Amino acid sequence: MSKLLTIGFKDLRIMFRDRAALILMLAAPFVLTLGLGLVTGGLSQSTGAVSNVPVVVVNNDAGTLGQSLATVITSADLAGLFDASVQGDVGAARSLVEEGTVAAAVIIPAGFTDSIIPSGASGQTGPLARVEVFRDPGRPVSSGVVQAVVESFINQVETGRIGGQIAIEQLLASGAVAPADVPQIAAAMGEQSGREANLDIIRVRNTASGAVSAAEIDPMSFLAPGMAMLFLMYTVSLGGRSILDEQREGTLARMLSTPTRGGQVLTGKTFGIYFVGVAQMMILIVASTLLFRLDWGDPLAVFALVLSIVAGAAGWGLLLAAVAKTPSQVSSVGMAMALLFGLIGGSFFGGTLTGPLGTLSKITPNAWGQDGFAMLARGDTLVDLLPAIAALWVMCFVLVAVAVAIFNRKGMLQR
Amino acid sequence: MAPIVQVNDLVRKFGDNSAVDHISFAIEEGEVFSLLGPNGAGKTTTISMLSCLLAPTAGDASVGGHSVTREPLQVKNVIGVVPQEIALYEDLTALENLMFWGRMYGMGGAALKQRVAEVLEQVGLADRAKERVKTYSGGMKRRINIGVGLLHRPRLLFMDEPTVGIDPQSRRNILDSVVELNRQGMTVLYTTHYMEEAEELSHRVGIIDHGKLIALGTQRELTKMVGEQDTLRLHLNEADDVTPLADGLRSLPEVLQATTLDHQIALIVDDAQEALPPVLSKAVYLGYRVRSVDIEEPNLEAVFLHLTGRALRD
Repeated sequence: MSKLLTIGFKDLRIMFRDRAALILMLAAPFVLTLGLGLVTGGLSQSTGAVSNVPVVVVNNDAGTLGQSLATVITSADLAGLFDASVQGDVGAARSLVEEGTVAAAVIIPAGFTDSIIPSGASGQTGPLARVEVFRDPGRPVSSGVVQAVVESFINQVETGRIGGQIAIEQLLASGAVAPADVPQIAAAMGEQSGREANLDIIRVRNTASGAVSAAEIDPMSFLAPGMAMLFLMYTVSLGGRSILDEQREGTLARMLSTPTRGGQVLTGKTFGIYFVGVAQMMILIVASTLLFRLDWGDPLAVFALVLSIVAGAAGWGLLLAAVAKTPSQVSSVGMAMALLFGLIGGSFFGGTLTGPLGTLSKITPNAWGQDGFAMLARGDTLVDLLPAIAALWVMCFVLVAVAVAIFNRKGMLQR
Repeated sequence: MAPIVQVNDLVRKFGDNSAVDHISFAIEEGEVFSLLGPNGAGKTTTISMLSCLLAPTAGDASVGGHSVTREPLQVKNVIGVVPQEIALYEDLTALENLMFWGRMYGMGGAALKQRVAEVLEQVGLADRAKERVKTYSGGMKRRINIGVGLLHRPRLLFMDEPTVGIDPQSRRNILDSVVELNRQGMTVLYTTHYMEEAEELSHRVGIIDHGKLIALGTQRELTKMVGEQDTLRLHLNEADDVTPLADGLRSLPEVLQATTLDHQIALIVDDAQEALPPVLSKAVYLGYRVRSVDIEEPNLEAVFLHLTGRALRD
């Protein structure tokens, strides 16, 4: 094992002394991410605070909750966050969104309060009535904030309703209230929960769910990993090239003239490719977190995903070295592979393709990685990532096995 | 005592071409053994097989009592290899290179650090150990290249043309270091196409040509093969085409053999003093101006010439 690490760390050291390689590995992804971020507007949204989001509210509900929600959005407390106005017509409100005048429209339907708070007379709730948020897809972060605020309000009300229901059942069981008084008590508790939601809304806005909604659709959250993986593929091709470089320069033969098996040398070289790839990805992730204030998700899950993506990519780098005849062939094919994988793997546009190309994209670490990073940005956990992680490691083992077979057939490492 | 290297009928083919063609020889412990031959003679292929880098097509060899075909790892523990090309990492310092290669030989810890310091002193580069190899001159790189082969104190050192392409001073240093290593007890297998190096360093010499070992013995034994014959070496002007003169000289009864190399003609003669007047007369008759003449006692060059009809550097 120590020889494998010795070879791997030697390659890591050499790679990080190569200025040209460093520019391609680290500087280029940053510049591209920065450029694309500026073009898409993702950079300004992710780095600056969201404020004065134009939003329109249509309240068709005659009850307490509808009024409370409308009040929350138009309140003085949220005046810095929202530039809110009230509109009476749903169609007009939707038009404002479609025209891009406002980032979102919140439609509170008639019967919204009754669908949640039981009637004082019958003790029953009315038919389901959903609050709708129409969002401008061109302003993902701003409209995401509106959605998060509405969701937070609903969650508060729902929590209060369920809590009240449990409390009433306990009061009934203990005989503290008569069954005839229940509808009145339930209505009163429902209204109270609506008022509490009103008071708590600023606090609710800062919960995890609100933050995740914004991050999920921040263009930077797919641009940064996309570019990192695009250049990772180039890095692994450089790693693969180093095997043929060592063969040409005689250091591979010299390694094989020491008491070291061919398999050990190849594994050590694979470690080298792997170490360099992991270092590159982690540097890019840490730097983009600091510079772009990008939230990549759970750090442990991010690290596990990076290890897996680089494993899959290293497999491709090794296979490339096995099939190529010259170092320059590895470079040119490696560059083409990086671009092709970036294209079908979604590195340039975020998300993955559908249909036959989508299926084909699964041969790329980029596609699995892009999905994985999107899941993490949505707040998914390491457990949710396990299928992607497993797929990437399977990809690694299959590619390495094929590469070893080719190396052996060529007789490069037999002795 | 059994020889440290025993080569038995070794063959290596590349396609239909036999790079090494049924060669056999033995090297005794403590000996400097040179394989002398022109480029492409099969020297590097032979060393590659003995280093377990190339599998023989046929035959076998034992190194330190271990078969190169069946026990490669044991063989590699016995040998140190100094390849013909400089096999170092140019972006690493000399110190980092030596530490890396030491670890590849299974060394580590304080013992490795101490040995690396010793080797750096030995090759005279201790003061520049922390500079990257790519900043070194060709001679300095050669010295580190040799140092790598010495790190694990091998019983047997393979040196494959270690003086190719370097300045005379570095060449002198390398030859001196081979003598010193041998004095300390190391067995050396040295390949070269420089006759003078083989003559200076070797206890025994194997002459190899076209993959075949055509002569083997001490220098005295080998020169006896050409008897008491001398070599007359004529130096001509650079503008001269020496081939017609060589053809003309072959017709002289005093000349046994004539070969050309650049602007020189080497003549094998029985008696240089007797042959010189007719040789010079012939040259003048054919319109050549001989710039100088060397008279050489029998040497390995003459042996090679005698055996192959060609000069070593043809």
